[in-house]
This record gives sequence, structure tokens and C-alpha cells, in this order.
Amino acid sequence: MEKVIEMRGITKIFPGVIANDNVDFELRKGEIHVLLGENGAGKTTLMNILYGLYQPDKGEIYVNGKKVNIKGPSDAIAMGIGMVHQHFMLVHNFTVAENIILGSEPKTAFGFKIDYKKAIKDVKELADKYGFNVDPNSIIEDITVGQQQKVEILKALYRGAEILILDEPTAVLTPQEIEELGQILKNLVKEGKSIILITHKLKEVMNMSDRVTIVRRGKVVDTVNTKDVDMDTLAEMMVGRKVNLVVEKKPAKVGDVVLKIENLQALDHRKLPKLKGVDLEVRSGEILGIAGVDGNGQTELVEVITGLRRATGGRVILKGNDLTNRAPKEIIEAGISNIPEDRHKHGLVLKFSLTENAVLGQHDKEPFSKGIIMNYDVIREHAKKLINDFDVRTPNEEVHAGALSGGNQQKFIAAREITKDPELLIATQPTRGLDVGAIEYIHKRLVEERDKGKAVLLVSLELDEVMALSDRIAVMYDGKIVGILDADKTNEMELGILMAGGTLNKKEGEHDKQ
Amino acid sequence: MINNKTKNVAFNALVKKAIDVLMFPLIAILLGLFVAVFFVMWAKNLGFIDGTATLFSAIWEGTFGKRANFIETLVAMTPLIFTGLAHSVAFRTGLFNIGVEGQFIMGMLAAALIGLIPGIPAPIHVTLVLLGGLIFGAVWAAIPGYLKAKVGTNEVVNTIMMNFIAMNVSNYFVKGPIHREGSASSKMILESAQLYRFLSPSERVNVGLFIGIALIFVIYWLLWKTTIGYELRAVGLNMHAAEYGGINSKKNIILAMVISGAIAGLGGAAHVAGTIHKAHQLVGFTNYGFDGIAVALLAKSHPIGVLFSSLLFGGLNSSARILQKFRIPKQIVYIIQGIIIIFVAADYIYKWLKEKKKKEAIKNA
Ligand SMILES: Nc1ncnc2c1ncn2[C@@H]1O[C@H](COP(=O)(O)OP(=O)(O)OP(=O)(O)O)[C@@H](O)[C@H]1O
Ligand SMILES: [Mg+2]
Repeated sequence: MEKVIEMRGITKIFPGVIANDNVDFELRKGEIHVLLGENGAGKTTLMNILYGLYQPDKGEIYVNGKKVNIKGPSDAIAMGIGMVHQHFMLVHNFTVAENIILGSEPKTAFGFKIDYKKAIKDVKELADKYGFNVDPNSIIEDITVGQQQKVEILKALYRGAEILILDEPTAVLTPQEIEELGQILKNLVKEGKSIILITHKLKEVMNMSDRVTIVRRGKVVDTVNTKDVDMDTLAEMMVGRKVNLVVEKKPAKVGDVVLKIENLQALDHRKLPKLKGVDLEVRSGEILGIAGVDGNGQTELVEVITGLRRATGGRVILKGNDLTNRAPKEIIEAGISNIPEDRHKHGLVLKFSLTENAVLGQHDKEPFSKGIIMNYDVIREHAKKLINDFDVRTPNEEVHAGALSGGNQQKFIAAREITKDPELLIATQPTRGLDVGAIEYIHKRLVEERDKGKAVLLVSLELDEVMALSDRIAVMYDGKIVGILDADKTNEMELGILMAGGTLNKKEGEHDKQ
Repeated sequence: MINNKTKNVAFNALVKKAIDVLMFPLIAILLGLFVAVFFVMWAKNLGFIDGTATLFSAIWEGTFGKRANFIETLVAMTPLIFTGLAHSVAFRTGLFNIGVEGQFIMGMLAAALIGLIPGIPAPIHVTLVLLGGLIFGAVWAAIPGYLKAKVGTNEVVNTIMMNFIAMNVSNYFVKGPIHREGSASSKMILESAQLYRFLSPSERVNVGLFIGIALIFVIYWLLWKTTIGYELRAVGLNMHAAEYGGINSKKNIILAMVISGAIAGLGGAAHVAGTIHKAHQLVGFTNYGFDGIAVALLAKSHPIGVLFSSLLFGGLNSSARILQKFRIPKQIVYIIQGIIIIFVAADYIYKWLKEKKKKEAIKNA
């Protein structure tokens, strides 16, 4: 088989960590090759090197057998390498077509004006060729995350990518969207493209890939053919121990109502009604999972509860304490903590050190401060504890949060929020971007919180996660809770129907609604 | 062993960071001087060596070389400490308070007014003068701060307008109620309102310098050791995360403006109470507020850095007169300052671009 990419002996050192340690990696023409490894193993770093965002300290790169020196993304693009980042880099008020041609616009005859007609035609042809279902004329902020991702892929293809790097493309997608993406990748490979895929989801690895390269702590463990391995083996190879892929939990000891939401209403960022009367109760000692397709109001619901968005009607009550439209500070003090959905926007101040980030939301509370004086000795110890307890991979607690790998940032946030020991823990996509070992641990900690008698509200787009963790599952559709089911009495199909806006027969749909 | 190793790594990282931080300002200064040498060569028709020698000895004499000049350097530096700090606080919170100039003027006006009130014993009178300046400056900054936080209007535009209003308000008083006949300034403030000139009454350097230096450490402490600074910096770096963490970004925007304005106002009051003892009619701006932008930029908005960059700019300003003695046009000084600013700005743009690239890399975690 022809090798399109060969990386030999790549070493990359960051202050205090060896992100890549003598890594060998090859990509064959027409294959889908998964890069699998723990959080902080060095996958993103390796791909950033291939895309020219970082320079390796040592090692060589060959593209189509020729030794190359990739000094920046423009070099990479010229060599036919395209990369889709996990967080997209699209211009939000531009159309799909405008975003795709950005930076390589087709010009009219005299070279002054952008030829939009041609652009739209080109984009349409490209989309049809690979089975992308996107409209070149729609505006980015009006389309779903899944669609935005397709735009990113199209953008890379438009620039002539033969080799496509996708860094955790499925972390933000719904199951249907993941399936579509799988199909698109297959089409691309059929056309002779080669794909490097980073993902933590073992199911996808098994379904989508031809080969897998496993990295651990900066070193390559092995490269295997997907058909020769199974999920458990992969998990063990990447973490270095056996991983329990199912959540173990005792029956819930449910207590009093902790969070009560009554007829809650709110607008979205375009000032259109988004929450249309949500009713919900979460009790102590239970995990209530919210299932739903992305964009049905989950984000807004959490934002209203945590005080980041105004409610236009209805009430949020925590243990008899009306928190509707109170300031975030008061809500935190009342005992609600939140693992936020967007770790870069809300979860961390990327340029603060981990120490400083460790007390975000509690910085003005004892023992972290007294009066206005912060006690950095105590805060540093707290940061160290979070890092140790949750196995956050970092050289020390003084590095700025932006230097951590995505998964480790997520672990750190989860550590901070769970350790706060709140009355109500809202976990929004708590394991987004985590490796299986870390997921196992976070799940264990969430169940522990529940067993301690706390109330846990879990919001996740991953049905598997919702079903594995929750005691009860509330399905959200079009800004309303359309059904609340016992987790052990329902199944994926029932939930799927509700999530798509359908109804179960009356008795079942009502059976657990108090 | 392992602990030692990580410590070493941490230490190396620190040294690297220090070099990283200090390198560019130093290069900028050297380049500024280097380019200035060519202007000297051109203006005086000298060779490179002679030109360098002439310029450097002139600047040296003008800043440190003679007692009188060194004193003037300290005098010129003093207001820049305040305005540099004022800009630094705003920058750290993600704001650009161009209004430091106007807040400084309001501080001067406060001192000129309060300094005329008779019958107050000295220590109290001086304190009132400084306090008055602080409050005038704070109020002058609070207005655009409030508008920014509540209505969302741009602080840059509003503070520029406030500068002009400050200039005219000041002139109204200086030309009217407190005008001293036959002069272009206000009446002299009373002796009880003056800051102590610690060398001799005729040498203008005064306690204001020490107040400024003390303030440097206060602001450092405020920014990095208190919850107030934590919140200000959090809002400056990531407003969304700050809000999520229960930090009220609107409150902090106003607070940052108030602190910035208070520092500027205090600086203005100290300038009148210590150095000039009266307020002048303003035909244009004093420029202390604007020079403060350069001071803060060169200092990378770090209070300790302000100490050095205000010394540099103060020194250059005070050496301008001496240069003429060497028959070097004093504009050379402004050229040096301009070049330093251009290079520092270029550094910011370069960092911004690099940051953008890095963001792509980080985002993709
Ligand atoms: N810009 C940086 N500065 C300092 N250290 C960094 C930087 N980027 C990455 N690192 C470190 O390099 C290591 C590898 O990070 P990388 O992002 O490649 O991990 P990853 O395998 O992509 O993990 P994840 O699955 O969590 O995304 C981590 O320990 C991280 O802390
Ligand atoms: Mg990564």
C-alpha cells in the first residue's frame, strides 16, 4: 500500500512535558486511520505538527514519499493536507459558501471581484459529489453544529485536501449526525482521499476505521488493524489497565425535591421563544438525565437555572428558595454548581493558571480568601488536590489552563465543580472529549454524589451516557419536557421517538410524571 | 528527584518567561536609540561613532548626569507613574481608558480649587487636596464606565469626549473664579496644600514621587493578591467565564474605570500640589495622560514595569531641553519615543497574530 504520510521519530517538548516522544506514524492512501489515546497523550499535538501549527523539536515528515518541511498551515494546505478542528473556526454571519471560499476566493475575469456565482456553483458540486446535505446560501449561525462541521470539511476539500485530519469531530454531534459523518467519510475514501481521525469513542473506532494507532503518554503503543481487535482490548491498550465500560450503581435512595422548575420560559439569542414552559423536579439522591436532540432548549435551560440567561416566565426553586433571575453569584452561593457545556467559553479563563482557575466561582469564599485578600497557599493546595484526585495530566498547577489538552481541561473543570460539594450538580456534557478511563472515573464520581444524597441534573447529547447514568430520563423537545421515564423501564427506541417529537401511547408517556 | 526535576523545569520556564517579557521592550528601546543616532548624524553632520557619542552623552547628561537634570527627570517621571498605572489597570480589565488625560486634568483642577481654601492645617489640607483629585478623577471615569456597562457605549469614544469637557471645565475655573490677574494660570495654592519638596523648596521633586512608587506596589498587590484584582483580570481575559463564575462583569467594568480614573486624578492632584502649585490655562492637553498609554504599553500593563518605563519616558522628556544645548533638535526625543511605541505596538500585533494561530492549535484540543 502506498504511504501518503509518514512521520518518523517526531518529538515535541513543551515546558515540563514531552507531548510527543519519538513518534512514528503512517497513513496509507484510501484508509481511515484512527489516532487513539488518553487525554494528553499527544494526539492533537502530533496533528498540529502535521498541519504546520507547531514545529517538531525532532523528527521527519514525508508526504507522498518526499521529505517535507511544513512551516505553517498554508504549506500543509499546498501539500493537500486539510484539518478540521474540534471547535470550528467559521465566520458566523457569513453564508456557507462564503465561509468555504474564504481565503481562496474565485475571482472574476479582472481579478477584483469575488465571483460568488461560481463559488456557489463550485460548493454545490462539491457537496453533491460527497453526499453533503448543506445549502450554500444559509448563514452559519442558523445551521446546526453538525452542519457547521460539514462546512469545515467542505472547506478543506475546496482547498484541494487529499489528506483530511479530523480532531474529535464527533464530540459535538448527535447520533444521527455521527452516522451521516460516517457515510461521508466512506464516500471520501472511495474517492481516494485518506483520513486521520481522532476520537475517544470506541464504537466509532470499530465502525469507521481501517487501522488504529494507539498512543500513551507521548509514545506510540502499537498500530493495529481494526478488524483484529475489540473495544475492550483497545481500551486496555490505551489506558494500560482494564476499563469497566459499564456504569455500576446501586438503586437510588431518592429523597426530597431539591430543584423545582415551574413553567419556565426564556428566549434564545435571536430573541425567539426557546423554552416554552418547562416543568421539572430533581430530587436528592437521584440523577435526572435530560435527553434530546441538540438545540431543543437544553443549553438555554441550564443557562436560565445558573443565572446566565433571563427567564421570561416561570420559576426556578432550589430547596424552597426562589432563584428565578437571580445573579449567578447568588445561585452559586445557594448551592448549584455546573460543569458547563462550553469549556473554553465558560469553564476556564484560559490565560489564568490552573491555581487561579481552581477557585473560579469560589474565589471570594473562605478558606480561599478572607475579606478581599486571597490566600494563594490554600488555593494552590486546592488546585493540587483537584489535579491529583482527577488525574489531570499537567506538569504543575502553575501552567495556564490553555496549555492543557482538551480532555484534561474538561477533567479539571469537572474536578472543580464536583469538589464544590453542591446541593445540585448540573453536569452538561460532563465527559465531552474524555478518554474511556476518565469517563469511567467521572461517571463514578457523579454516582457517588448521588449516593451522598445530592441531586444531579445530567444534560447530555449522548443517549448512551444518559441511559447509563440516569435514574430518571426527561426528554426535551421544542423547549418542553415531553416525557419523563424511568431509566430501567425504557429503551433507546422509546427515547428516540420522544426525542423526534413523537408520542408514546398515553399510559407510558404519563406513567412517571408527578 | 522527580520533584527537583519539575522544580527545575518550572524555574527554567520562569526564566524563559522573564526573557520573553523583557526582550521586546529592550529591543524596542535600543532600536529607538539606534534610529535616533542616524538623525543626529544627519542633523549635525557627524559620523556614526561621533553621532552615537554625542547623542548618548547628551541624553545621559539630560537625564542623570547632572543633579538638576536628574531632579527634572524624577519630576517628569512622577505624573507618568500615575497615568501609566491608570492605563495598566484598564488594560488588564480589557478596557482602553483614553480618558486618563481628562481624569488627570480633573485631578489638577480639584487640587487647584481645594488648595485655595484657607485655614486648614497642613497635613489635613494636603490630604484633602489629594483626596479631592482622586474623587474628581474617579467620577470623571465612572461616567463613561457606567455608560459602557449599562448602555454598552464604547468607552474610547466617551472618554475622548470627556477629555475635551475636562479641558474646558478646567479652563472655565482657571480663567474665571480662580484666575490670577495677569497670568495664564490659577492662583498659587496655599503652602498648607503643597506636597513636601524633600530636597529643597526650590527643587521641584517632591513626595508625589514616593506616593507614585508606593501606589505601584499597592496596584500590584490589588491585581494579584486580592479578590478585586482576580475579578478585574478575569473579566479582562474572559468575560463569559467570569460571569459563569459569579463575577459581575458590569460592576467590574465600572470598578476598573473608577480605579483607573482615581489613580489618574490622584496623579493630577499630586502634580499640582507638588510640582507646579497652580493650574495652567490649557490650550491643548497636558499629554501626561496620553504618554501614559506608551508607558503602560512598554510596561506590558505590569505595575512594576511602569516604574521603569515611566523613568525612561520621564528621562527622555526631561532631556529634551538639554539636547538643544548640544545643538541636537529636541524632536529627536520624540522620534525615539515614537519608535519605541511603534515597536511595542508591532510586538502587540505580532503577539496577537501568534495568539490567533495558537488559538487554532489550542481550540483543537
Ligand atoms: N501549547 C501548549 N503549551 C504547553 N503544553 C502543551 C501545549 N499544548 C499541549 N501541551 C501538553 O502536551 C500534552 C499533549 O497534549 P495534546 O493536546 O496533544 O493531547 P491530546 O492527546 O490531544 O489529548 P485530548 O484527548 O485531551 O485532546 C499535554 O500534556 C498538554 O498539557
Ligand atoms: Mg486533543
